[in-house]
Amino acid sequence: MRAAARTEADRRADGIPPFQAFLDEHRTVVYRFLVAAVGPNDADDCFQETFIAALRAYPKLENGDNLRAWVLAIATRKVIDAARARNRRPEPTADITEMLEASMPVRPEERDPASSEIEEPLWGEILALPPQQRVALVHRILLDRPYAELAAAMGCSLDAARANVYQALKKLREAWTSRG
Amino acid sequence: MDETSVTTQDMTVGFKFQHAESIEARARRAAKLVTDRAAREGLLDVAYGFAESPFGPLLVAMTKRGLVRVAYPDLRTDAVLERLAEEISPRVLESPEGTEEVRRELEEYFERKRRTFAVQVDLSRVQGFGRKILQQTARIPFGSVATYRDMASRVGSPGAVRAAGNALGANPVPIVVPCHRVVRTGGGLGGYTGGLERKVALLELEGVSLPHPGGGAIRPRRR
Repeated sequence: MRAAARTEADRRADGIPPFQAFLDEHRTVVYRFLVAAVGPNDADDCFQETFIAALRAYPKLENGDNLRAWVLAIATRKVIDAARARNRRPEPTADITEMLEASMPVRPEERDPASSEIEEPLWGEILALPPQQRVALVHRILLDRPYAELAAAMGCSLDAARANVYQALKKLREAWTSRG
Repeated sequence: MDETSVTTQDMTVGFKFQHAESIEARARRAAKLVTDRAAREGLLDVAYGFAESPFGPLLVAMTKRGLVRVAYPDLRTDAVLERLAEEISPRVLESPEGTEEVRRELEEYFERKRRTFAVQVDLSRVQGFGRKILQQTARIPFGSVATYRDMASRVGSPGAVRAAGNALGANPVPIVVPCHRVVRTGGGLGGYTGGLERKVALLELEGVSLPHPGGGAIRPRRR
């Protein structure tokens, strides 16, 4: 987060970088956010929607300050819109497991058996959370953003942002402990 | 608070599960698709790419109207792109497809398989006198030269020889608008945006005789 802020500050105060530079700089954080927020199946679609919306609005930006927060706010809206439009929660599917296994540094059979418990992820539980809670959780924990930014990105109050994270963590903690 | 910190660690374990490189590769692929869709939806105001040349990769940029920039490799790519973003539109994206025509034509030119460029040129950023000079320059045929004085006369301002030189020095689309074909009245080479060596190389490629390369007099073959 700090590295991104520094490179943005290096640019001229009023300068809006060429869209390609903006895309190169923020694509990974947005993608990571979306994978966690909607799951790997819908991340690509939400990524398209996010950056096409950003591209439409881009020439109207008044300055290039804090573009990371700006694009994450757009991504957040897309996640919530998508969840509302489909009127369903994304379900953990076999695809998710496959994708996670494919993206792991070590193949499951090569893993140290002693560590298998730690590597059991909470994806199923994360994806089963209501969208507001899931998004709040991802902003706060995965992206390590302060509650004020989180509230701004989600268009809600500071208290609501805190409550969403609290509820999400509570559910995950219950899920985690009930696994034994 | 206690509850939060414990669960945060559990969460981190969950998220670390992903391989960072895989997410980056996926993000890169997704970003390419954004460019394709931007082009389909008319949101790509400036498409840029790189053409191979004996001087190294040339940055080429297209607007919807045509070729707007050719930049030699000694200019920093990000500086060229930032300027295009400021002057035309910040919707600047790398697009090999969007620059395919000009890249192919330039590569054919350097392989001596092409003498004229068919690609449309967008000179809308160049105003008045400068634009007239560049439009006239575009008519100088392959393998010929004209003088700065000729160019000033051809736009109806025979006294504006120095201004003609300045306009050519500011040519945003060198090679395609062949400002390298404009030389001094006395037979000297004059200057060049991309450096005099490149001017000589381009004229040699076109078969213009240069009796004293590197600053000597040349014999303009007038059209």
